[in-house]
Amino acid sequence: MKELLTITDLHASINGKEILKGLSLRVNEGEVHAIMGPNGAGKSTLASVLTGRDGYVVTGGSATFRGKDLLALPPEDRAREGVFLSFQYPVEIPGVSMVNFMRTAVNEQRKYRNLEPLSATDFLRMMREKKELVEMDNKLTNRSVNEGFSGGEKKRNEIFQMAMLEPRLAILDETDSGLDIDALRIVAGGVNKLKRPDNASIVITHYQRLLDYIVPDFVHVLYDGRIVKTGGKELALELEEKGYDWLKG
Amino acid sequence: MAEDILDQITNEEYKYGFTTDIETDVLPKGLSEDIIRLISAKKHEPEWLLQFRLKAYRHWLTQEMPRWAHLDIPPIDYQDIIYYAAPRKNAPQSLDEVDPELLKTFDKLGIPLEEQKTLSGMAVDAVMDSVSVKTTFKDTLAELGIIFCSFSEAVEHHPDLVQKYLGSVVPYTDNFFATLNSAVFSDGSFVYIPKGVRCPMELSTYFRINAMNTGQFERTLIVADEDSYVSYLEGCTAPMRDENQLHAAIVEIVVMKNAEVKYSTVQNWYPGDKDGKGGIYNFVTKRGICKGDNARLSWTQVETGSAITWKYPSCILQGDNSSAEFYSVAVTNNYQQADTGTKMIHLGRNTRSRILSKGISAGRSQNSYRGLVRVNKNAEGARNFSQCDSLLLGDRCGAHTFPYMDVHNDTAVVEHEATTSKISEDQIFYCNQRGISTEDAVGLIVNGYAKEVINKLPMEFAVEAQKLLQITLEGSVG
Repeated sequence: MKELLTITDLHASINGKEILKGLSLRVNEGEVHAIMGPNGAGKSTLASVLTGRDGYVVTGGSATFRGKDLLALPPEDRAREGVFLSFQYPVEIPGVSMVNFMRTAVNEQRKYRNLEPLSATDFLRMMREKKELVEMDNKLTNRSVNEGFSGGEKKRNEIFQMAMLEPRLAILDETDSGLDIDALRIVAGGVNKLKRPDNASIVITHYQRLLDYIVPDFVHVLYDGRIVKTGGKELALELEEKGYDWLKG
Repeated sequence: MAEDILDQITNEEYKYGFTTDIETDVLPKGLSEDIIRLISAKKHEPEWLLQFRLKAYRHWLTQEMPRWAHLDIPPIDYQDIIYYAAPRKNAPQSLDEVDPELLKTFDKLGIPLEEQKTLSGMAVDAVMDSVSVKTTFKDTLAELGIIFCSFSEAVEHHPDLVQKYLGSVVPYTDNFFATLNSAVFSDGSFVYIPKGVRCPMELSTYFRINAMNTGQFERTLIVADEDSYVSYLEGCTAPMRDENQLHAAIVEIVVMKNAEVKYSTVQNWYPGDKDGKGGIYNFVTKRGICKGDNARLSWTQVETGSAITWKYPSCILQGDNSSAEFYSVAVTNNYQQADTGTKMIHLGRNTRSRILSKGISAGRSQNSYRGLVRVNKNAEGARNFSQCDSLLLGDRCGAHTFPYMDVHNDTAVVEHEATTSKISEDQIFYCNQRGISTEDAVGLIVNGYAKEVINKLPMEFAVEAQKLLQITLEGSVG
């Protein structure tokens, strides 16, 4: 198993309040990790810290991604190294077409890897293939980024972008929230199709429901800024049944 | 983070900020009847034009500079300005006679003066300081009866046309700066499109201020006769200088029955440095009249330069069923100030106007939209739709909207919409997370925001304008 991401004793705070209090996690290539936990446990903070969102201060510990100090890189370089975040609340960018947005993103990432930019033809072919893969409607990619998209469309658009960018590590932050069962099935189907032996994903979720579709290799329980329990996929079912309170002690 | 990025913008260089070392013929500083007589004499003008100038000058002496705009204009010493400067080698008959330094200047600016090298479909009139240097494709256009030449040549060869239309849209009494221009204007472009002719190429004038302490007071007059069409482009740059330079131009457009004029500007005068030192004062009066029925006029402007901009390209809709459009992107950064917009004056029946204004403010700049929609009592069925959007980058800049409506006919429909938005940290982070740097993200978002206006520009200009927006705002996020 090749190591992809290693988080060691990570401490992070926002507005002076410590949220992550010594979190450790190791993700190898080919693995799917689920992180579950109650509200306020630090799930989204973990996603924000790993991707470099402004306002989060790392006060201790480390995160190494493919041998590099991830936390030392600016957010765009983390993305170019292959870290992708599927946002819990994707923002709208009026006036910027999906095509233009994706083309800029894909070519910026290629540039970072010393690859030539894709030609318009190759790019459009790639768009078409990936749209089919995630069952994305043509009309959505002709619109501005997320503008006027429904909740489900926004989430599907996140998976579409993930398909386009082919990350080594995808972090799915509450991708299931606000999805009806059909949308959930399509989004999860997309994630499963994108699974490769050399990539990995961290699925952050509040409910066990998503894990019916995306089967994790490991389930971690995040509680008060630390991972307090790790198990197989059966742990998710146990949590669903018992809630989180039994872990407090 | 926002702080760092705001600091970065200030390092952006103004790439047109060079000066050209050429011999210049200049009149002494200051303004008086004698100076005006000298300008007129230098240009061998007919008596009626000298009288026009003197009337304007005497009127100007009774005027005060307007103070109503949302601008902080430092006092201007009108006696400390040179009103006439000309590259010494005057009025070249062919390209061989043009000072090679001048040719180099326009080459550096990307303005092609050699006709064989010119992009297909664009004729250029290049104006340096006070005189027109060279007009290309004059002969090709003449075959169609189109007149495209410097204003001075028009006075010499087509005095009747000039006399008939000069001051007919912007009278010399119009406003302080227009009056000043009427007294001292030096050169500019003149266009006449005869009846039934569609001008086959874009006409373009390129203005360049070079000499020091010099004001540029150009005058453009465009007349589109019945059933004709022309698309006209205007570009401007100036060297970087510590002192402020005054630019007070007039553009007059007359659109006859069934004719159409499209006027596009990409204004990139030197905006001053990051501390607000230097830069051009751009006080311009632009107005067109849709004189005949079904006449159409559109103004498209991308304003990125100048320390202070005071400019309201306007339209008088006199002919029935005539229509006018105003599309504007105005960008201000650092200490730039802009007060810009339009006036749509509906006189004829079923006249229509549309206003789309996109303001972008960054740094410590102030950006105002000021627009008037007036519907007179005979303008049965007049319609206007105005949309004014403001985009703020950072929290030290200002955006202001001053819409005025003055409607005297019950059948008129006048609509106004306005929005103000900011580029949010979330939008920037979203782009970052996809591998797009903050600077590119701002460029992407700003160009998306301004797209509707940029799309109205002729192709080559649109590409330039997009780059210009990105350069002007490089890195400015809040």
